[in-house]
Amino acid sequence: MTDAVTTPNIAPDEPVGPPVETRVTRLKNFWSDFRQSWVAIGALIVIVTLLLLSFGAPLVAPQDPYDMAMLDWLDAFLRPGTEGTGGYVHVLGTDNAGRDMLSAILYGLRTSFTIGLSAGALALTIGITVGLTAAYFGGRIESVLMRIIDLQLSMPAILLALVLVALLGQGVMQIILALVVAQYAYFARTTHGAATVERGKDYIEAARSTPLPTHRVLFKHLLPNVMPPLIVVATVQVASAIALEATLSFLGVGLPLTEPSLGSLISNGFKYIHSDRYWLSIYPGIFLMITVVAINLVGDQVRTVLDPRHSR
Amino acid sequence: MFGFIISRFLQAIVVVFAMSIIVFVGVYAIGNPIDVMIDPAATAEMRARLIAQYGLDQPLWRQYLTFLANVAQGDLGRSMVYNTSVTGLVFSRLPATLELVLVAIAIATIIGIPAGIYAGYRPKSFASKAIMALSILGFSVPTFWIGMLLIMGFAVELGWLPSGGRGDEGTFLGISTSLATANGWSHVIMPAVNLSLFKMGLMIRLTRAGMVEAMQTDYVKFARAQGLPDRQIVFKHVLRNISIPVVTVFGLELGSTLAFAVVTESVFNWPGVGKLIIDSILTLDRPVMVTYLILVVILFVIINFTVDIVYARLDPRVRLGGTK
Amino acid sequence: MTAALDVKGLTTRFDTRAGTVTAVDDVSFSVEPGRIMGLVGESGSGKSVTGFSILGLIDEPGRVSGGQVMVEDTDLRTLSPDALRSMRGRKVSMVFQDPMMTLNPVLRIGDQMAMAVRVHEEMPQAKALERARDALGIVGIPSPEERLAAYPHQLSGGMRQRVAIATALLHRPAVIIADEPTTALDVSIQGQILAEVRRLADETRTAIVWITHDLAVVSSLADDICVMYAGKIVERGTAEEVIGQPRHPYTRGLLDSVPGQHEPGARLPQIPGSTPQLSHLPSGCPFRNRCPRATQVCTTLPPFTSTGGHSVLCHHPLEVS
Repeated sequence: MTDAVTTPNIAPDEPVGPPVETRVTRLKNFWSDFRQSWVAIGALIVIVTLLLLSFGAPLVAPQDPYDMAMLDWLDAFLRPGTEGTGGYVHVLGTDNAGRDMLSAILYGLRTSFTIGLSAGALALTIGITVGLTAAYFGGRIESVLMRIIDLQLSMPAILLALVLVALLGQGVMQIILALVVAQYAYFARTTHGAATVERGKDYIEAARSTPLPTHRVLFKHLLPNVMPPLIVVATVQVASAIALEATLSFLGVGLPLTEPSLGSLISNGFKYIHSDRYWLSIYPGIFLMITVVAINLVGDQVRTVLDPRHSR
Repeated sequence: MFGFIISRFLQAIVVVFAMSIIVFVGVYAIGNPIDVMIDPAATAEMRARLIAQYGLDQPLWRQYLTFLANVAQGDLGRSMVYNTSVTGLVFSRLPATLELVLVAIAIATIIGIPAGIYAGYRPKSFASKAIMALSILGFSVPTFWIGMLLIMGFAVELGWLPSGGRGDEGTFLGISTSLATANGWSHVIMPAVNLSLFKMGLMIRLTRAGMVEAMQTDYVKFARAQGLPDRQIVFKHVLRNISIPVVTVFGLELGSTLAFAVVTESVFNWPGVGKLIIDSILTLDRPVMVTYLILVVILFVIINFTVDIVYARLDPRVRLGGTK
Repeated sequence: MTAALDVKGLTTRFDTRAGTVTAVDDVSFSVEPGRIMGLVGESGSGKSVTGFSILGLIDEPGRVSGGQVMVEDTDLRTLSPDALRSMRGRKVSMVFQDPMMTLNPVLRIGDQMAMAVRVHEEMPQAKALERARDALGIVGIPSPEERLAAYPHQLSGGMRQRVAIATALLHRPAVIIADEPTTALDVSIQGQILAEVRRLADETRTAIVWITHDLAVVSSLADDICVMYAGKIVERGTAEEVIGQPRHPYTRGLLDSVPGQHEPGARLPQIPGSTPQLSHLPSGCPFRNRCPRATQVCTTLPPFTSTGGHSVLCHHPLEVS
């Protein structure tokens, strides 16, 4: 009878489910599915270009907008395409302090990316930890943690961030912190949601019944299976962090103009909206819009590809 | 059903209470408002008098208790900047915000739901793809930036609409509102569109997702096998099903629209509570901040409470309980 | 006697990224009024797609690319979309596998059924509800009047499946296609439903196509049997012929792997390998690389050979004893 027990009732050499995917083939499949949308490819190219330009700003930009010594009042409000006292053409014009707009935008974009990416990464880490902890331990820990998360999520992120920034003061670190506090809950809820679905499945039960340490079950078994929805949330949240920072700066509680982010540049330009000095606010706004939309477009395609119902 | 309402109500009270503590402690940890209010040249004596007058020398827990006692009497304190009753201040600003939010939600619903239904019904068509692209724009482009473009376009360039502020008020059904005058509408339409875009994008996506999912269910296939035309399947079978999640999320988003009004009101200089809170944050006007935040929490709780009940009304599985 | 349903050369293809897949490949069969035809096959054999193809309910990326579907005297394939729609539910209807999913959870049973009545016949709601109530009575639902006001979740799985069958019966169609309607039910409930269906076929003279993977069910229920493999019908005959004297090696294999007719404790025979993916079919006979009788000639498409009404698609059919 041992024979009957060890031999499953299906042909042993033919797995019943879909063929087992290795990490590499999974990545390849992902890429070949992702590629299907030329819009998403275009958006990806835009993001990479903007990342290179902004982090390479000290090399690319004609001026260092942080260096007050390089600013000249004579250059103030130059129209796009005018040559200034620096002897080069201000492609996107200059602002009220004579700052070259293109340089300010590239440096500002760098600040925006830095804030968006670090806030996203931190929020992701904290969110995963909280969500997995809640889902794995269950019981009282789960209900307390999730109650806090729900409570927080019922408050709009913008309001929370606003109060936090008011509380913490202005500055890059403060803004990142405020964004993390405002956003980690989304990750925690997503992780928890996906993990509770996975928790019910047999493979976790099987892993738990072996003497594997808790963290191994959590990170080796549970985490990979909750990753797909998290990746989608992460792209959306990075975009939303960038937009949020810009909004806060626009409202005057974010970064000061001496530390240009796209938001503070637009906010500064907004003052001149009724004169015809449109370039002060329009150009940083266009860069902001392109960045945020491109990230969202990529996220949208990632969502489509990772959706289990998406047909291959 | 009655027990359900009672338990939800008790939960709501606990939440409001807990949030009031968090808000109070959070807000009162911010800087020292006296520094902002007072002339730097003032004497230490004047300073101390002012601090004592606002009760700022008391320990935080005592300040909170005083606050609670005052709240019980309907007194939320006086604004340090406007020097008037905060309750009066906030409630004088509230109608303007509600007006704006109402019009925005109406726009988002009237356009968003039909667009979402269509996009979900014919997901491969060109129009659907265009709708989806617009919805991505709607909720990824920051509100303030779109608001600014609207002002540049319709107010500065074309000169069709006023660039900000609230229009003349008229009386409609005994309520004084700017929605009763043409001038009021010309002021409200641009900020309302601005505020609605995010919700509209969300609305479209939600409706579409529900639609796509529902069209693949067995009950739709079964209805088709009975010879029901698509129109009837969409409007009689599917709409009822997707209305449940849409109403839920929609209700929850009502609150966040109120919060998002903060941005739109700042851009369009709309004299609502959102503008008030920004000003009070910038001037560290604590009583106003606390009142606003607690008001928002209460609104949220009321909305959640209502959504739960509406949800239960719509879904017979919740309403009637019964076997799985 | 004219057949209630006569399918000839029905072919359905799906355009996937991997290429075009033929899910239903030149399928022909006919069912006479009052008879039950069991359409048997493993999952993925194309039996459900055949059912949907008959009703013209194949969605993108699939399409019915050829064949004829005669219901009484009408070829459904030649009808306009609207005319085809008016045939569905009236002349030919369908019952699905999972009774938990086939009824709309947020609509009352009566409203759902009345909608199905009034789409084909103009009548007041009250009369449509009467019709629905009568149909519920026919399928053996106790106190049908009360059930009309119930929501699906208030009924058991067996009851819901009866409601679905009653809905399919509302217009006394010539043909009902039943796609594994008892698979999701308990065995005892399954027995009741089968008895009910048998009675309905006899009494209402409805022709029934019973799609299933369960040979035990068809052998007790069906008059005729078609065995499907990889989109093709590989054997066709009366139930006695196919069950009693299977001629296709695949049918033989299926019958042998049914537990119960073997010595207790003995190893159950099984068909080696698994159902092939339709996109990776071997050339010639699709069963050949799992077949014990396969030879070189099986790399070419086998012909249909018949003895009487019993046909088989095989180069090396089992001998009739």
